[in-house]
Amino acid sequence: MTPPTLQVRNLRTHFFTRAGVVKAVDDVSFTVDRGKVLGLVGESGSGKSVTGFSILGLVDPPGRIAGGQILFKGQDLAGLSEEAMRQLRGNRIAMIFQDPMMTLNPVLRIDTQMIETVLAHEKVSREEARQRARDALGQVGIPSPEERLRAYPHQFSGGMRQRVAIAIALLHKPDLIVADEPTTALDVTIQGQILAEAQKLCADFGTALIWITHDLSVVAGLADDIAVMYAGKVVEQGPVTQVLDQPLHPYTVGLIGSVPSRNKRGEPLRQIPGMTPSLLNLPAGCAFRARCPRAEARCAEPPPMAEYRPGRHARCIHPYEEAVAA
Amino acid sequence: MTVFLLRRLIQAAAVVLAMSLLVFLGVYAIGDPVEILISPEADQIERERAIQALGLDLPLWQQYLVFLGNALRGDLGRSFVFNEPALQLILQRMPATLELAVGATVAALIIGLPLGLYAGLRPNSTLSKGIMAGSILGFSLPTFWVGLMLIMVFAVQLGWLPSTGRGETVEVLGMRWSFLTANGLAHMVMPAINLSLFKISLVIRLTRAGVRETMLMDYVKFARAKGLSPTRITMVHVFKNILIPVVTVVGLEFGGTIAFSVVTESVFAWPGMGKLIIDSINVLDRPVMVAYLMIIVLMFITINLIVDITYSLLDPRVRLEGKA
Amino acid sequence: MSSTTAGAPPAAAAARVETPFRRFVSEFAESRLALLGLVVFAIIALVAILAPWIAPQNPYDLAQLDIMDGRLEPGSVGGSGITHWLGTDDQGRDMLSGIIYGLRISLTVGAGSAILACLVGASLGMLAAYAGGRTDSLIMRLVDLQLSFPAILAALMILAFLGKGILNVVIALVVVEWAYYARTVRGTALVERRREYIEAAQCLALPTHRIIFRHLLPNCLPPLIVVGTMQIARAIALEATLSFLGLGVPITEPSLGLLIANGYEYMLSGKYWISFYPGIALLVTIVSINLVGDQLRDVLNPRLKK
Ligand SMILES: Nc1ncnc2c1ncn2[C@@H]1O[C@H](COP(=O)(O)OP(=O)(O)OP(=O)(O)O)[C@@H](O)[C@H]1O
Ligand code: SF4
Ligand SMILES: [Mg+2]
Repeated sequence: MTPPTLQVRNLRTHFFTRAGVVKAVDDVSFTVDRGKVLGLVGESGSGKSVTGFSILGLVDPPGRIAGGQILFKGQDLAGLSEEAMRQLRGNRIAMIFQDPMMTLNPVLRIDTQMIETVLAHEKVSREEARQRARDALGQVGIPSPEERLRAYPHQFSGGMRQRVAIAIALLHKPDLIVADEPTTALDVTIQGQILAEAQKLCADFGTALIWITHDLSVVAGLADDIAVMYAGKVVEQGPVTQVLDQPLHPYTVGLIGSVPSRNKRGEPLRQIPGMTPSLLNLPAGCAFRARCPRAEARCAEPPPMAEYRPGRHARCIHPYEEAVAA
Repeated sequence: MTVFLLRRLIQAAAVVLAMSLLVFLGVYAIGDPVEILISPEADQIERERAIQALGLDLPLWQQYLVFLGNALRGDLGRSFVFNEPALQLILQRMPATLELAVGATVAALIIGLPLGLYAGLRPNSTLSKGIMAGSILGFSLPTFWVGLMLIMVFAVQLGWLPSTGRGETVEVLGMRWSFLTANGLAHMVMPAINLSLFKISLVIRLTRAGVRETMLMDYVKFARAKGLSPTRITMVHVFKNILIPVVTVVGLEFGGTIAFSVVTESVFAWPGMGKLIIDSINVLDRPVMVAYLMIIVLMFITINLIVDITYSLLDPRVRLEGKA
Repeated sequence: MSSTTAGAPPAAAAARVETPFRRFVSEFAESRLALLGLVVFAIIALVAILAPWIAPQNPYDLAQLDIMDGRLEPGSVGGSGITHWLGTDDQGRDMLSGIIYGLRISLTVGAGSAILACLVGASLGMLAAYAGGRTDSLIMRLVDLQLSFPAILAALMILAFLGKGILNVVIALVVVEWAYYARTVRGTALVERRREYIEAAQCLALPTHRIIFRHLLPNCLPPLIVVGTMQIARAIALEATLSFLGLGVPITEPSLGLLIANGYEYMLSGKYWISFYPGIALLVTIVSINLVGDQLRDVLNPRLKK
């Protein structure tokens, strides 16, 4: 049996700042199989991007991976040399960044930025690399790619730039793509197109996809599995339909309740009360305690990740065992 | 691009006009133009004739028009000392100053860019801290004194380099240049280094700041996510971005370098415009001073124009705005 | 270094009241180099002030000079029995004494012109920020013009027309430096003006001068101090340069620059000390001021604080 494309085990990524240790990712585990999509959701600052960067080995000082394993097709990436890691990046593992306006170098033409990616991993002629770049642009639906290749990033709209970034990620038909909120900056129609393309990609090439977002409706339509992050920890995970229909963790319930489309008309939007805690001095015990409607004395102890139903894990002492009307 | 150029040219012309008015006022309204523009040794008849020729008996605004008209025809007065047209005198010495300033700029880039790049990439290493301390010294060292010390060590003590003058020159394009002969080049080394000292520090600081800022940008991280080699990231993605501010500042500083060459030229007896102006000031050869001022203003404006154009060539964003 | 204070228990922090000034002092002292610069500068300033009591010789008193002592090497004993630790110049003047008195002139000119330029520039900058409109754009045009023209050239030209002399040097330095202060003050004042408390003060119908002196100026002070420190160093260097070129102070009142110029012709014959030591004194002075200025900028600039 071939190992899953990606297995993250007890990953800890901490930032050792002057003010103290920021545990941006603290004991995160999940698995993504070939051709599957994992939706990674959570509110701003919960550690989604840092998780993505950790997989690519792109955590900048003062941050570093403080523990755990990242098994890519069975091989632990933590043990790899920087050069070996470089050969994987952009080739077998690609990433699409959050802000399309910032990901392309403003002073280099699109063709330069695409061709260099091809040449970094394969010994082909410039002409062939250019051909590949042109095909990739066409694949993500950019009209007249030959012409657009000679343009500079600022001549593209945000949506177009994100497509270019996606095209770059597709150049080597990677085994794994980490997509960090790739559609948040785009309008809805383009978002739909890109989602459709992403699904096609997984089906055609068996690419595994980690789709980071805080938009639950995107995850509902796209992902196979979902992992909900809160304050650096995965608090609930499982198959996407089950988790969305019958959430276990109070935070997931709150998250679903705050999605407009899922509320009945006329009912006020439900918000999760309180604020995201500072990661600098998290209280012991459950990090959601201060905002949780079901909190009790036992929650001052750190709740373990437990399997409450087959394939359904949650990090909560007092989960919603029966379906909640959301 | 043409619209952009045209607009810049009109702006430049306006500034030249403003400066000419300022120089004119300085000479005619504040000082006594007779004393300033007519040799103290001239006799009464000569004076009368000159006053007529310069239109000093006319009202001030007419005088300005005469001054402007003369200036446009390239007549900025005659040097009392050399009894030659002031403009010609200055233009003869311009190549010497230009080659010195260019030499200093090139030296600043060759030395400053790699050091700044290193200090930016490894900000915490001992060498980087040394480089930065050195750059503070470069800002603080009085140029003329460093020049003296260079002469002291390399010319007097070690005898490696000639202390003063331009050395052998060859004539190219009707002007005499030192940098094309070995002897001339040897003469140029110390003055050029001396003049570039301040600029080296400047380039180091700019480069370092630019590198540190650029390294934090998302597009650098994305370049790493693409699996590019560190060399490619540094030399293409980072370097091309910092080149824009560095080239702009160094270009704009070129005028300052020409201005500051008065000091270096005096120390090394380098026969350029700067030495000429100091000598002229010391003997109160005022037409030369006026001519020098006008030339310098013109040079400044030209430099600004060139920098603007280069900048727009380097930065695609500016280039396109100009087109639109 | 600072991690120990950051990690201090809250009780200890509360015991020592943290005033803004205390914090400023402790942040400044974080850089040993800046502290060293401050100490060195203090010593230099003290030496300059106490020159008549410290210097072995009064270099202006011609009766004390003996031409026979001319160009003595460092460490030799002159005719009057004085040991010339730094040698003598061509007129038999003790270099150490010359440097001490020269420092006095250099510092006076540097600080004097910086203070004057600050007064002129700050007033104009404040006027520009407060009056706005045409006054503002006129003043700022002047500032741009001034800043785009190299200081050395402007100063040279002014001195060429005014002639030598300490006062003229100060005037020239003020002319080339006021613009930095004006720009700084205007920038800060424009930001501060928009702040609520100014509005509040205006609502209370406080007189304009009160708003300016009580509210605007105190806020403009930190950037002014930073610019001022740097400009003192610049003024000293510029004065030395002008004097070296023979356009600054007169021969009767030799500043460091003029001392260096005097040694120029003897340099080629290996008599290095006449130029060397005054240069070192100049260098140490400028570096110490710049070190202090650098740190002040880091401490007082809120943008750099993380
Ligand atoms: N360089 C850093 N130094 C210190 N802390 C950092 C650094 N980078 C990230 N963090 C911390 O890591 C935490 C997680 O950040 P991350 O960017 O992963 O959040 P996110 O879930 O992607 O949020 P968003 O939805 O806003 O993108 C943040 O709280 C942040 O404070
Ligand atoms: S562990 Fe307690 S506080 Fe935390 S989510 Fe569950 S019920 Fe709420
Ligand atoms: Mg993020």
